[in-house]
Amino acid sequence: MTTTNGTKPGQHTVVAIVEDKPGVLQRVAGLFRRRGFNIESLAVGPTEFEGLSRMTIIVDGASAPVEQVEKQLYKLIDVVKVSDLTHEDAITRELALLKVRCNNVNRHELLDIANVFRADVVDMATNSLMLQVVGDEDKINGLIKMCEPYGIRELSRTGTIAMTRGQKTTTVHESEPEAIARVHQSQGRRVEADLPFSSD
Amino acid sequence: MVRMTGSQILLECLQREGVSTIFGYPGGVVLPLYDTLPQFPALRHVLVRHEQGAAHMADGYARASGEVGVCLATSGPGATNLVTGIATSFLDSTPMVAITGNVARTLLGKDGFQEADITGITQPITKHNYLVMRAENIAMTVREAFHIARSGRPGPVHVDIPKDVFQEEAEFEWPEEINLRGYRPTTKGHAGMIRRAADAINKAKRPIIISGHGIVWGDSSDELVELAEKAQIPVITTFLGIGGFPETHPLSYGFLGMHGMYHANMAADEADVVIGIGMRFDDRAMGRFNDFNPDATIVHIDIDPAEIGKNLPTAIPVVGHVKRVLPELTERIEEHDRSQWLGWIDKVEEEHPSLEIRETRRLIPQEIVRTLYEETNGKATLVTGVGQHQMWAGQHYFYDSPRKLVSSGGLGTMGFELPAAIGAQMGVPESEVWAICGDAGFQMTMQELAACVDERLPVKIAIMNNGYLGMVRQWQELFYDENFVSVAVTQPDFCKLAEAYGIRALRIESKSEVLPAVQEARNYDGPILLDFHVDQDENVWPMVPAGAALSETIEMPEKELVR
Repeated sequence: MTTTNGTKPGQHTVVAIVEDKPGVLQRVAGLFRRRGFNIESLAVGPTEFEGLSRMTIIVDGASAPVEQVEKQLYKLIDVVKVSDLTHEDAITRELALLKVRCNNVNRHELLDIANVFRADVVDMATNSLMLQVVGDEDKINGLIKMCEPYGIRELSRTGTIAMTRGQKTTTVHESEPEAIARVHQSQGRRVEADLPFSSD
Repeated sequence: MVRMTGSQILLECLQREGVSTIFGYPGGVVLPLYDTLPQFPALRHVLVRHEQGAAHMADGYARASGEVGVCLATSGPGATNLVTGIATSFLDSTPMVAITGNVARTLLGKDGFQEADITGITQPITKHNYLVMRAENIAMTVREAFHIARSGRPGPVHVDIPKDVFQEEAEFEWPEEINLRGYRPTTKGHAGMIRRAADAINKAKRPIIISGHGIVWGDSSDELVELAEKAQIPVITTFLGIGGFPETHPLSYGFLGMHGMYHANMAADEADVVIGIGMRFDDRAMGRFNDFNPDATIVHIDIDPAEIGKNLPTAIPVVGHVKRVLPELTERIEEHDRSQWLGWIDKVEEEHPSLEIRETRRLIPQEIVRTLYEETNGKATLVTGVGQHQMWAGQHYFYDSPRKLVSSGGLGTMGFELPAAIGAQMGVPESEVWAICGDAGFQMTMQELAACVDERLPVKIAIMNNGYLGMVRQWQELFYDENFVSVAVTQPDFCKLAEAYGIRALRIESKSEVLPAVQEARNYDGPILLDFHVDQDENVWPMVPAGAALSETIEMPEKELVR
């Protein structure tokens, strides 16, 4: 069973926006190792802002309370923002490449399977073909299962990436602190410079 | 803008950050930096005899003065020798900037002579670290390093600079502003949480404050006293929190934990509301977590959100700087008469005195510490190593102000005492600094006697010499059936050793010699070593055995009473 966004029970989907600097991946990985948090999957890539990278980390919740994971991540100077998408309405996706054994007799069957999973054939040889599939973990597991009887010669999977649906974002807005401060000021509340990051 | 070399930029920036003392040791790749050092005569360089000493000195300097300590080492072995000292600073959250040289950029990653991946090594034991690849980045890096080291929850920051970056020229401009978007420590406590905390305290019948190192670093002793006095809440401290609340104050009930006072442990266990302030509910302080006072409501005030709920479930978390949070809390709490609760603790203390020094035939360390307390009127700075002598120094000296007890609590680093005392003496030159040493720990860093002589520092070195790794011996006696293994340490004649360095030394073997020796040391203007030959079998009491709960605190067994 999975939640609405495809996160497995016991797993947590954490998104960290980090500085795009050398060694950041090691800092994050080192933190997880040292605190005994298990990483199920990790995907890193650029964001819409230059100088910031986005890490999507699937954490085994049994190994650590996700709150500790988040707080420890925040302690890293190069980590700018952390969001827990586990209970958010979010899209999660992985990509997989599968090289599956086939021959003239069963190739059509395999193409039918690929069709059902909306996988693309990206390469074809006389005795194999390569499928590319995008989807959540379950979908990819499903395709793998269907291909197994033919013989999977090679499999390569990316980590999961995730994004919330609708208006809400998990990204960092440079103008955010100022904008929030303005609103607070207009309503006569005390203004904290570090507002979006404070415990308030 | 001025064109300067990387070395010049670094030293200029250190000076602008208010650094006056650098503890270091030269070597191949930092030679360009040492070559530049004479151009900055205001920067005093203390030559250590081992880089570990440099890190501990910087740490001791920081703990005694409240300023950021700075240490410096060359690449490879020089840098790895700093590691123990950096980890010591990290576990106790003290502000330090450690600077290392590395091989030239073209050689990085090629396993050249004296190369170590030191940023990889220090990454898990620093608050942050940097490898600076261009001279033009040095100024901003130093600014950030000092800001990170001293703000929020303090900690060590390591800056690694390749040799040719020291030599490279760049335009120097002092960065006025720092913009670290991933680092904005929360200082203001959540108003709703403070209200909830105040409500819990107002309703409490038996509240207790456990104050920690955060009070010392948050410079908030006065705020804590106001809070405690207004609501008549008894205060116990963690070991590192000692001095954060005046120990002779009527509301002070000593420190808690493995060798804390019996009544402090019992009070923590009996309280209905436990207010942890600037502390982290460490296992040595709290005993077995699962059995720490399960009925108490825990209020936790700390600047580091990651500490909240880490070890114990917290009912009311307040993230913020104690200096801002405590006055707000004090404002909201009601004055209260808690004489019944205070009376309960007083009675436990009366029935189970932890700090009584019993009559003995043989010289015991407790009375040396107590004599020191009486002679110095509690005004000296004590710097300890780790083990039995550390606990006695915590128990039998009463600290009325912060930064008077300097000790490696979290990492428990033996050998910390002498170098840290040297650093402390440089940090607070007017203060009377005593290094309280164990005979085993002293042998780990005793080469720094030379630095002490070089700098003509009047550090008083008191060795509690029992010929053992005392605390290990105690554990082997109590928990390993007296199977004493590798625990008796042979030692040189410490007096002769001191004299070889040109340091005055006294050997003390009987009770009657203690007071005159302490007086002589105090009147002597210069480094002096006192080699106290104390009872070999003395144990530290009370004690919470490892893995036991605070309620299971054991007092001194009767057979040990007579010696």
